[in-house]
Parts: sequence; C-alpha cells; structure tokens
Amino acid sequence: MAQPQAKIDALAERVAGLAVCGSGWLGAARRDAASRLAAMGLPTKRDEYWRYTDPGSLTRPDALHAAQFDTTDEAPAFDGIDRLRLVFVDGVFDPAQSDDPTLAGVEITALTAAETTDIHWARDLYGALEARGQTPVQRPLASLNTAYATEGLLIRATGRAAKPVDLIYLRKSETSDAMLHHCIKVEAGAELTVLENGPGAARLTKVMEVDVAEGGRFHHVRVQGRDPERRAATHLFARVGANALFKSFTLTANGRMTRNDAVIELAGHDGVAHIAGAAMGDGDFHHDDTVFMTHAAERCESRQVFKKVLKSGAVGVFQGKILVKPGAQKTDGYQISQSLLLDGASQFLAKPELEIYADDVKCSHGSTSGAIDEVALFYLQSRGVPRRVAQSLLVLAFLAEAIAEIDDETIAEDIRSRLEGWLARHEG
Amino acid sequence: MLEIKNLHVKLEEEDKVILRGVDLSIGAGEVHAIMGPNGSGKSTLSYVLAGREGYAVTGGSATLDGADLMAMEPENRAAAGLFLAFQYPVEIPGVGNMTFLRTAVNAQRKTRGEPELSAGDFLKVVREKAKTLKIDADMLKRPVNVGFSGGEKKRNEILQMAMLEPRMCILDETDSGLDVDAMKLVSEGVNALRSEGRSFLVITHYQRLLDHIKPDVVHIMAAGRIIKTGGPDLALEVENNGYADLLAEAQ
Ligand SMILES: Nc1ncnc2c1ncn2[C@@H]1O[C@H](COP(=O)(O)OP(=O)(O)O)[C@@H](O)[C@H]1O
Ligand SMILES: [Mg+2]
Repeated sequence: MAQPQAKIDALAERVAGLAVCGSGWLGAARRDAASRLAAMGLPTKRDEYWRYTDPGSLTRPDALHAAQFDTTDEAPAFDGIDRLRLVFVDGVFDPAQSDDPTLAGVEITALTAAETTDIHWARDLYGALEARGQTPVQRPLASLNTAYATEGLLIRATGRAAKPVDLIYLRKSETSDAMLHHCIKVEAGAELTVLENGPGAARLTKVMEVDVAEGGRFHHVRVQGRDPERRAATHLFARVGANALFKSFTLTANGRMTRNDAVIELAGHDGVAHIAGAAMGDGDFHHDDTVFMTHAAERCESRQVFKKVLKSGAVGVFQGKILVKPGAQKTDGYQISQSLLLDGASQFLAKPELEIYADDVKCSHGSTSGAIDEVALFYLQSRGVPRRVAQSLLVLAFLAEAIAEIDDETIAEDIRSRLEGWLARHEG
Repeated sequence: MLEIKNLHVKLEEEDKVILRGVDLSIGAGEVHAIMGPNGSGKSTLSYVLAGREGYAVTGGSATLDGADLMAMEPENRAAAGLFLAFQYPVEIPGVGNMTFLRTAVNAQRKTRGEPELSAGDFLKVVREKAKTLKIDADMLKRPVNVGFSGGEKKRNEILQMAMLEPRMCILDETDSGLDVDAMKLVSEGVNALRSEGRSFLVITHYQRLLDHIKPDVVHIMAAGRIIKTGGPDLALEVENNGYADLLAEAQ
C-alpha cells in the first residue's frame, strides 16, 4: 500500500540521526526491521489504532523536555523484595549500579554483547515476535525499536529462577530519548519473574519479546515512572506455549503520555495469558492500553483486566481485542476495562473488540466508566470513616480485580501501598 | 442526649419541603419509637441526623450532648456516638465486610484519640458478636452487603452497631423484610445493647417490632411533623385503628 508522503517524510526525519548497527545475526534482524518500518511509515492520528491517542510526541524526531522529578518521598518500587537488580540510566545499561548478573536458573546477556556471541535462542526471538505481531495491526514504533535499539537484555530461564529479575530504569537527563529491547525466553518447565520500574528516559520506546515454552511460567510486574512529564511507547510481544502461563501487570501512576501495546498469542493448547493494568492520572495525563490477544490453540484461557482512575482532565484509552482463530475450541476469553472518573473533566475512551472463528468458545467483555459511588461513600462516613479514607477504600476496591492478577502477595502489597500513596498525594 | 428543635428540611436541589418543624428530645438510656405513614419524612430525619448530602436544613437545630450535629461531617457525628442502621443498607463491592468493620472501628477510635484495636483483639470481638447474630465467617469475608439477603443485611447493620458501640442509635425500619425468626434475632441484638448511657430511636411502620424492643415513648410522624406523642399504648392504637383517626385529629 502506498504511503502518504507525510508518513515517509516523518520517518526519514525520525531516523535521520540513527544507524542500523551491527553485523551478523543481530545486524540482519535489525535490517529486516528497518525494511518493515520503511514499508509502514510512522503512525499518525489517522491510523485506526491511534485515533484516541495522538502519536505525535512519540514519533517526532526528538524527545520533548521532561522536567526532573523527585521521587524520594516514596521508597523505590519492589524495594523490600529480594531480587536481582539490573540498572539502566537513560536507556544505557550500568553494570556498576547493577547486581552481578548471575542467578541460578537464569542466563543474562546484555544486548550490546549479543552480536559477538552466538546466542541461538535469541537469534530465533529478536524481532521475530515483533514481526509476527505486525499483522493484522501494524505497530511501527516496535519495528523502529527493533531496528535501532542497541540496549537491552537477553534473559533466558532454564529452570526455576532463584529470585525475580528487576530491570530498573533511572533517568538523569531531561531530554533523553531511549530505546530498550529485551528478549526473554522461558524454557520448557522453567519459571521466571521479571519486574520493571522507573521512567527510563524523557521518552522511552521499548520492546519486550517473551517466549514461554511448554509448561513454562512467566510473571511480569511493571511500575512505570511517576514523573509527570515522561513519555513512553512500550510493546510487549508474547508467545505462550502449551500448558504455559503468562501473567503481566502494569501500574502507571502519572506520565504525560503512555502507550502500552501488548500482543499476546496463545500458541499451544491449555495455555493461560493474563494481562492487567492499573492507571492513575491527574491532570495532563494520557494513558493508552492497546491489547491484542490471539487464541490460536484449544482450551486456552485469557484475561484482560484494565482499570483507570482519572481526574482533572486525565484521559484514559483502552483498545482491547480477543481474536479466536479457527480451531481454538474451548477458548475461555475475558476482558474488562473500567474507569473511575473522579470529576467531570476526565475522559475514558474504550474500544473492546471480539472476533471469533470457532464455535465452542466462551468469551465475555465489558467496559464501564463512572463516578465514585456517593451512596457508598456516605455509608462509610456514617460509620466513622473519614471521607478521604473512604474514597481511598472505594478506589482500591475498584482496582482490586486488576491487582488480584499479581500472584505474589508481597509484590501486590507493594503495588497497593503505591496506589494509596498516589491517592494521598492527589486528594481533593 | 439527642435534642431536635423545630427542624425544617427541604431537598437541596428542589423546592420540596420534607420536614416542617420536628421537635424531639431523647434522654440518656431512653428508647423512642417513631411511627408514621410512608412518605411522612422518617427516613429523611434519620439521614439528616447522620449527615447525608442532598438536604438543606432551613431552620431549627439538632444537637447530640449539646454538640451541633449539623455543623459536623458525617464521620465526626459517628465518632461522637451517632449511629444509623439504614433502611436500605448499601452494597460495597470490593470491600470485605471484615475490612470495613475494622476500618470503621479504628477510624472512630482514632478520631476520639484512642489506640487502635490490634488485629487479634478485633477478630475475637467480631467473631463473638457475629455469632450471637448468626452471622457466619463467610458473611464476614464477603464484600459488604453484596449478595446478602434482606435479613442478612439488617443483621449486618446490627453487627456494625454492636462493634461501634454508639450512644445514640437510630434504627430505620430495621424490621422491614424480616421474618419472625430474624426479627427476634435482631431485637435480641438491640436489647443486648440497651444500657443506661445508650439511647435508641426506632423508626418503624409496624407495631410488631415494638413488642420485642419496648419503647418508653412513641411518636407519630405525618407530613414532616410529630403530630402526637404518647406511651407504648399509642403504638397499639395505631395497630388497631390505623393512622386515619390520628391524622384527622391533628388537622
Ligand atoms: N432525595 C430525595 N429526592 C426526592 N424526594 C425525596 C428525597 N428524599 C425524600 N423524598 C421525599 O420526601 C418524602 C419523605 O420521604 P421519607 O423520608 O423517605 O419518608 P418515610 O421514611 O417516612 O417513608 C417523600 O415524599 C419522599 O418521596
Ligand atoms: Mg423510610
């Protein structure tokens, strides 16, 4: 399909200072991505899946300025959890601040070292799930990332990881424009938890490709940086094998612009894929969750649970699809997207979609948007609970279904305390 | 304890007057009943005392032990000892009944400057009180009032009252929707709380509740006013003759 000249020009401008790096398998994968990108061009507001979110600040040549933000009023995410810490500063891996990346059951290699080593599993994965995830909906920013990202990690779990791996994204610069590309392989029967936290950069463009082999289990919990001016376009591409489990939860509190794409394929029978998110926005906040869940095998279960709390003009977007391919019988698909509007100025835009080509399936979806329940609030107050506490309790109750998607209770508690902190800071 | 003087109330958003000068004085340890036809303003009175939004007080006053209730937030009225058992208890999805109770008890203690109850102490007290109201462990775990039957909701109100130990208890049609056994259970729960320092205002439609919870004083409310006050016999009179005579007499 011929592209409008504007798209071609925008892309040329965006990649002007960038180079497709490397030789060998990685260089080849990047060049493939660059040609995919050239065929697509960059997204514009006219594109079907960018109607609710203006991609301008995510596609423009440079990152918009994002003021530094002091987060020391709160303990860093996952602070109390025994984990392997791997630190990136403005999108560059920093071994000095990181733990020694040796962990029983897990192999970790920096993307910068990948070219010179023949990591066969990463060869089959880098750019592969991203390429697969380009149909039927194009995600040009992901190809841009595959082609130009030089930083990231290749993580392979071969057994039960001794502890979670935490990717910590610090930001020192107010104009950093970072790209991170991670590949994660959970081998058959292995289990891994990956945590992510922090803003990463003034603008972060990220891809995480996750391949969970037969019987593998993958848990992902992410806390996106609460710097009010940061921007991010993230992509999670996952392939879930037979009897495998994939669970991902994201907390987004603040951020001027966040677009989180998730493209998940249940490729083997009896797989489970759950993806959830809690987003909290006050004021100049735009948050977009775009999910594409494909059931390509029998007896798989998927859940999408997205909750947003919005006030003072914050905007939330949810675009979620369940595609059940022919033959994916006994599919159990569930999707819920809800927003709690704390005032009349905020807005929630939702586009739930179901596309089903098998006859023996169970799929449900729902989307709601509403204000806080004043009657419940009064009931709580009449029992002596201060309005502020009552409101917090009701907001947490609203978010509970999403938080319930986190299996580890210690991590869930960490998330809950962050939500309470946010509510306390954004009272009134 | 509770002093209501010439209370006038209208809807905030509309020009609809609901209470047209209510006078009521309840002393410590007394049990008063308010009866009256549907729509006479009984629930409105209870809501206004508890501090629900949507009503405008256009005249008169209401004080609890001399403190101006109308100047207080609902949570402070509760901490001061006021409790309303709702005619229609509210469902709160996502908030466990136990969490709700503990939050309420500790919030009130905090407001009054008392130490919070430990989780263990709290659990012990709740279990014991729940048992006498035949509220099982499952009902304590479930979200507040969600999926509860009418009777379960009313028993849950009484459990909250027992836990919060208020001094001024208002019960708004706690008998409606109860079968005979549930009514007995609820009445016993209320009677167990009767004491010298605790007063009750029992709003009911029917005399039958007053067979179980014996009032000291009975008031008849109609069209936003107390039109008659008497002893327990007044309730029987209503039961036998209906409101028609009383209304005619008042005009
Ligand atoms: N929030 C409200 N909006 C509209 N009408 C109301 C509201 N609250 C009370 N009313 C009206 O006020 C009158 C008294 O109602 P209520 O206090 O519930 O009476 P009771 O409890 O004695 O049956 C009724 O006519 C009722 O319809
Ligand atoms: Mg009523």
